[in-house]
Formats: sequence, C-alpha cells, structure tokens
Amino acid sequence: MNILKGKVWTFGDDVDTDAIIPARYLNTFDPGELALHCMEDADPTFAAKVSPGDIIVAGKNFGCGSSREHAPLAIKAAGVSCVIAESFARIFYRNAINIGLPILESAQAAASLQEGRQVEINLEEGKISDLSSGSTFTAVPFPPFMQGIMAKGGLINYIREKKNKK
Amino acid sequence: MGQTIVEKILARASGKKRVSPGDLINAKIDFALGNDITAPVAINEFKKTGAEKVFDKERIALIPDHFTPNKDIQTAEQVKLMRDFARQQGIIHYYEIGRMGIEHALLPELGLVLPGEVVIGADSHTCTYGALGAFATGVGSTDLAAVMATGELWFKVPHTIRIAFHGNLPPWVGGKDLILYTIGQLGVDGARYAALEFSGSAISRLDMDARFTISNMAIEAGAKAGLIPPDEVTRKYLTGRTARPYTAVLGDEGAPVAEEYNWDVESLEPQVSLPYSPANARPVSSVAGTEIDQVVIGSCTNGRIGDLRQAAALLKGKKVHPRVRLIVIPATQAIYLQAMREGLLEIFVEAGAAVSTPTCGPCLGGHMGILAGGEVAVATTNRNFVGRMGHPESRIYLAGPAVAAASAVSGVIAHPREIGGGDAR
Repeated sequence: MNILKGKVWTFGDDVDTDAIIPARYLNTFDPGELALHCMEDADPTFAAKVSPGDIIVAGKNFGCGSSREHAPLAIKAAGVSCVIAESFARIFYRNAINIGLPILESAQAAASLQEGRQVEINLEEGKISDLSSGSTFTAVPFPPFMQGIMAKGGLINYIREKKNKK
Repeated sequence: MGQTIVEKILARASGKKRVSPGDLINAKIDFALGNDITAPVAINEFKKTGAEKVFDKERIALIPDHFTPNKDIQTAEQVKLMRDFARQQGIIHYYEIGRMGIEHALLPELGLVLPGEVVIGADSHTCTYGALGAFATGVGSTDLAAVMATGELWFKVPHTIRIAFHGNLPPWVGGKDLILYTIGQLGVDGARYAALEFSGSAISRLDMDARFTISNMAIEAGAKAGLIPPDEVTRKYLTGRTARPYTAVLGDEGAPVAEEYNWDVESLEPQVSLPYSPANARPVSSVAGTEIDQVVIGSCTNGRIGDLRQAAALLKGKKVHPRVRLIVIPATQAIYLQAMREGLLEIFVEAGAAVSTPTCGPCLGGHMGILAGGEVAVATTNRNFVGRMGHPESRIYLAGPAVAAASAVSGVIAHPREIGGGDAR
C-alpha cells in the first residue's frame, strides 16, 4: 500500500521549523496537539483546512532551522501523507525518514504542482502524477540504506529488528 | 589525495582508512546531547527500541535549558521526565537549575566535547562545538534515541566549503559579524549538507568565545557542521577543563574542497540581519535609526563572558533608552558568576537592564521576553524567522553584542561608535 492520493497545498522556499510548529507549542509532544498548530506561522488556517491524505508541496530548503522532530510529527499528525519539495534541510530530511513521514525531492514537481490539484504518488517508484493535468514527475531516489529504514516504518523499528537478530 | 578535517574525523569514527563526500557511513559517537524539548521525545523512542541501558552513561548530557526555570506545568512535566530518566539510567551529565547553563555554552565550558570527536545533539546548534575542531551536528530526537541505544549513527560524509577571513578586524567587529556576513553571502541553504571550515588570519586571532559564535550559526547557512581547525588557542582553552584524552585532527594541506572563499575583513562593518532571515545581512549603517522596543543579549550564540564584556564596555555609565527593554542572559552559571565578579552585572543593572538566570528563553519565543505584535527587537540570538521570539508580526534584527548594547542605549539600531565607550576586545 504505497499509493498516496490527496490535494496539494503549496508553500514557498525556506519554510522553517518555527513556521511549521512554533516553539510556543513545544511544551507538549503529543502529536494530536501539535497537529492543531501545524504550519501556523506560514498559514494560520492550514490546520483547519487540511484533509487526511493531503500533500504539501514546497520550494527549496523545506524544514530549515531548528532540529525539532515536532515539525515532521505535526505534519504527519495533521494527516499530510507526503511532503514534496525542491530540496529539504538536512535535519528535517533525517527526522522525516526516522519517524516515517514520506518525503520526496523533485524540483520539477515542486515547480509545477499547483494548489488544489489532486495528486497521486507511488512511493516505491518515486512517481508523482498530477491527476488534474496528467503530468508525471519522478523524484530523486533514496539510497537503499534509507529505503531500508523507511520500509521498516522508521529508525526505531529498524534498530529493534537489528537488535532482535543479534 | 589529501583529506579535510571532517573526512579524517569521520574516517576514524567509522573505522575506515578514508572516506569521501557522499559516502554513507556508520560512525561511533563520542558524545550525545538532548534538552528539555528534544530529550523527552528521544526518551520515549529509546524505550521503544527495547534497550534497557544507555550506551554510555558518561557520554550523554541532558540539559534543561529551553523552557527553564520551568515556565508552566507542561514544561515542568517534560523536565521531570528527563530528570527521572537521567536518575534511573545513572546519566552523570544532567545539570539542574542553578547549576546548568545553555547547553552549547555549558558543554565546552565543562570540557565535555573535544577536538577530533564526533558529537551529536538533538538541537540544531550542536554545530557550535566545531569551534573546537570536533565534528558536531544537530539531529532529531529519534536519532538521539538511536545513539542512546547503540552509540552509533549513520551519516552522509559532507563536502567541505572553506571560508578564509583575512586581515585585522576593525573595532566593534567580532565573531557574530563574520558569521552573519558569511550567511549573507552563502544564503540560508548555501551550505546545505556541507561542512563549513573557517580559517585565515582573522580567525586565528579570535578567542574561543568568538569562535563558538561563528561555528554556532553554521546551521543558519544550512551546514551540517562548522569547523575551525584546532590550534594553540584551542589547546589553551581546554587545558584544565577536561580529564578525557583527545587527539586533535587537522586537514591535509591541499585537501580538495567543493568551494573556497577568501574575504578581507578590514573594511567590514558590524553586521545586522534583517527580518525574517539570518541571510538578510547588511552593514549596520544601512538600518541605523530603526526604532526598537527590546534588546536581548544572550543565547548559545552570544551569551559568553566575552560577549557580556563587550556589551558592558558600551553600557558603562549609560542608561537604556526609556522606550527600550534590555534583557541580559549570561549563558551559564559560571559566566554569571564571572560577570558578577568583574562588575558587569552591576553595569547592566545600573543601566536599567533586566539580568536573567541562564535560559534559552526568549531566543525561541519560549519565555522571559516574548514580543507583542508589531514590536521590534535587536537580539544577539541566531534566528529571526516569523514568530521566532513571539508574535508572528514582531520583527527581529540579529546582531552582535556591541550593536545590541549601542542600540539599547540609543533606542534605535545604532553603530557602536555612535555612543562612545571602548571596544572590550
């Protein structure tokens, strides 16, 4: 079940983790609470209008700034099924893979997908289809090692399985 | 072919003869860090790994510094969770309120992070320790959990961008100005995934406090690490601070790097980064006269004794402008005590400043100086994103302690030379 389908919400370049989840809400790490404030300082209405399965599309350097894992947690708990960006800041990239939030890097998709479009994503193939226009895009593939982590549903499961094998 | 300092450190830590940029490696971690925001999440994840004991109770630090002294019931619960875990695991480096400091000032001060080491912290400003010639990088809570369980972590070997600053620094220009200028030149993602390496005659002459400021903000250019090759200044700083042996690592002469910049500092003005990006760096004179409401001097970037001395040299015998609130936050208890002994705290209080116990507090919009809508601050902190210090419609200008102090007195953004007083450097 690696087919995702949802509506696009677009954001610009350099979306920082303070915009994704402001520190004033970091006195909890309950995903449901964090989801209520997801993207609040970029778009205060986002948490209210996002639907399960929806997709965030952004420009370069998505998730820059603080290392707070609360950022991908908030996005995941808000129901977002995948983040597509031209590029990701490195800590956010690690965090998303570690907690099992699907992310895809594609400059073409980031530039072409417009807000409100319906998009289908085949995660295994890294294929992004704009159902409204028929265009398709291919994301930068993950190294096999990271695919391994993602296939286990995140880093913790990956470690637990490795430990059990020993 | 020669190797850079980062490549050599990561080769050693992964048990390889050499590594190249882009290689995926598994490295042994020498030291790991979490704070009251990130450690609770990590502890939760650690428990899920099935591990019962942390990999080494002497090589983990848990520091309550972000929302502390506890600002509300929820943060008190988060700190309690971390404290209970530290006790249960026998983690030695847990520092309680009254003994703690801002993590990135405290760990070097205690000699817990050393040249040649691989350090990870669940805090983006972990790159600060690059100033000691360590490979130090920020990660998330799950990565910290993995390290607490296994003592290892995967990395992609970064390429290196070398930045050399040449010449003598003009008065009032210090570490903060060099790093704001660097971020302004590279952009907020100009060093994404890269290791920055700072060198040159201007860097060699800087003391450790200024070097920590530079490495601290490498992340603001997207960098994974920000290293300064260890030298005599580094060695002197570490003397008497640490019982742990270390091997300083230097890059090979002529090791290839991805990019190289050579900048002359002699005509550099103090820098200010305008809202809402650390990359919006400009000479202070271009924004001089901008009215302000608050000034914060502190944080893991600029809360060290050298920063406080610089601010005090300008504030001595003067008053904070009636319209302005000045908040000074020494970064650790030791710095606080030193500032007290040197009479700096007296200068601040007599000038009309509030002096706080060590905390990250206002830097991340936590507490101890939150901004209202429409308010403007000059801060020696590291980020000026929308809503960073409070209301999404507040505005932050990032600067060094000299510009911050001069602005507090003037009530507007000001060049330090405008208010007189000596340069403490």
